[in-house]
Amino acid sequence: MAKYLMSVWGPDSDYEKEHYGYASQEEMMASFEATGKFNDKLQEEGYFVFADGLDAAKTATVVDGMGDKPVITDGPYAEAKEYMAGFWIIDVPDLDVALKLAAEASAACLGKVEVRPMQTGVEA
Amino acid sequence: MTDVDEAITRAHQEEWARVVASLTKRFGDLDIAEDAAAEAFTVAVERWPLDGVPPNPGAWLTTTANRRAIDRIRRESKRDDKQKEAVALAQIQGPDEPSLDERSVIEDDRLRLLFTCCHPALAPEARIALTLRMVGGLTVPEIAKAFLVQETTMGQRITRAKNKIKAAHIPYRVPEAADLPERVSGVLAVLFLVFNEGYLSSGDHENSVRSDLTLEAIRLTRLVRVLLPEDGEVAGLLALMLLIEARRTARVSATGELVRLDEQDRGSWDLALIAEGHALVRERLAAVANGGSRPGRYQILAAINAVHTSVRDARDTDWSQIVALYDQMLRVDASPIVRLNRAIAVAELDGPEVALAEIDRLDLDGYHAFHATRADLLRRLGRSGESRAAYDRAIELAENAAEVALLTRRRDQLGRI
Repeated sequence: MAKYLMSVWGPDSDYEKEHYGYASQEEMMASFEATGKFNDKLQEEGYFVFADGLDAAKTATVVDGMGDKPVITDGPYAEAKEYMAGFWIIDVPDLDVALKLAAEASAACLGKVEVRPMQTGVEA
Repeated sequence: MTDVDEAITRAHQEEWARVVASLTKRFGDLDIAEDAAAEAFTVAVERWPLDGVPPNPGAWLTTTANRRAIDRIRRESKRDDKQKEAVALAQIQGPDEPSLDERSVIEDDRLRLLFTCCHPALAPEARIALTLRMVGGLTVPEIAKAFLVQETTMGQRITRAKNKIKAAHIPYRVPEAADLPERVSGVLAVLFLVFNEGYLSSGDHENSVRSDLTLEAIRLTRLVRVLLPEDGEVAGLLALMLLIEARRTARVSATGELVRLDEQDRGSWDLALIAEGHALVRERLAAVANGGSRPGRYQILAAINAVHTSVRDARDTDWSQIVALYDQMLRVDASPIVRLNRAIAVAELDGPEVALAEIDRLDLDGYHAFHATRADLLRRLGRSGESRAAYDRAIELAENAAEVALLTRRRDQLGRI
C-alpha cells in the first residue's frame, strides 16, 4: 500500500466571500454533501487515513526554531496566489487507485485535486 | 555485417523489451531492469563472436541480465524486500528463462511495461522517451538525436520519469477492462507521435536516426497488435502507418522538395506495405460490418489512406468516398484541422470555390497547411495576388525544409502582376 496527499487549492480571498467562493449557497451545500459522501465511501473501502478543510492561509503562523530562540512570523510560509484549502490522506494500492479517487474527490469538492505520494508508508 | 552482428541486432529488436519487462516484473524496478538488460547485450557483443550465438538468444540474454541484476542488488545493501525476495527465489530456482508455456505471461509483461511507460501521470514527452528506451531499446543518445535535444536533457527526462514511476507508485500492470480503451488510446497516441516525428523529418537527409523513428513506431505498433489483436484502433494505427510509410520514397524529390500525393511516382510506392495496410483495413471493415465497435480516428484515417493508395492514377481517386470518410471523422473529432482536410477533398469533388468557402470559415491562422491549402485553391480560381500572399504566409509558418521548397516553387510559378 502507498500513502498519498490529495489536496485542494484556492485563493485565500475565497474565505471572505459569501459562499466561500462557491457560486451559490445551494452549490456550496451540495458540494459539502457530496464531499461527505465521498469521505464515507473512503472509510468503507478502507482507504481513509485523515481528511479536513483548512482555515485561511492568513491565519497561519511560521516558526523558525533553528536558532537560539524560536522566531515567530505571522502569515503563511510562502506568498502564493492560491493556497491549500483542504486535504485527504489516503492509503491505497497504487497511483491508479489514487487517481480514480482524486477524480471523485474533485467532482465532489468542485476543485482541482493534486495527488502527491508520501515517502513513508511504502510497502517494501 | 557478420552473422554474429546480425544475430545481435535481431536479438536486440526481438528480445530487448522481453528482457526489460521480465526483469521489471521480477525486481519491481525499471532502473535495475534497464541497466541489467543493457549489460546483458554488452556481454553478448563480447562473448558471441568468441563463443558463438547461443541456441536460444532470448533465454541467454534473460539469464545473463538476471545474474547482473542479482549481482547489483547484492552489492547495494539498500534494497527493498521485493528485490531481496527475488534474489532469494533466484538462489533456489536459478535465474533461468521461464519455460515455453510461460511465454504468454512474458507477452503480458511487455504489455505492462508499455502501459507503465505511457501512463497518463507522466508528461507526454517523458512517455515518448521512456517508451523508446524501455520498450524500443533505443539508447539515450539515439533518442536525444531523434528529438533534437541535448543528450543530458534526454537522460534527465528519462531519469525523472523513472523516479516518478517509483515514488508515485505508478503500477506495473495492464489496466482494468473499464480503463483499457482510454489507456490503449494513450499508448497509440505515443506511438503515433513517434511516427510523426520521423515522418515529418523525411527529406532531412542529415539525420537518419530521426527518419528511422517511423520504422521504430511501426515495429512497436506491430508488437502492440500482437499483444492486443482484437483492438480495432491498434489495427487501424498500424494500417495507417504502413500506408504512409509505403509512400516514403515518393514523398520527397531528389532535390529535396516535398512531392504532393497527386504528383507522386506511384510506381515507387512499396506495394508490400500497401497490401498489408489494405488487408488490415479490410479486416476492420469486416469487423465493423459484423457488429464490432464503431471505427475510431486511426481506422478512419487508415481507410482514407487506403482509398488514396488503391488507384494507380491520382485522377481515378474516389473523392466522394474520401469526403464521406472525413464526415465520419468529424463525428469522432470535429476539429478545424479535420475540416481543413475534408475541404481539400471537397475541392476535388465540388470545385475550389466550394472548398475555399468552407476553409475561410476556419480559425487556423497559425497553421501553415491552412495557408498552403488556401494558396492552392486561390491559384486554381485565378486569384493570383491573394494566392501569392497565402503562399508567403505558409512559407513563413512551415518548418519542414522539403515543404518550404515545394511552397516556394509553387509561389514562384505565379505570374507577375
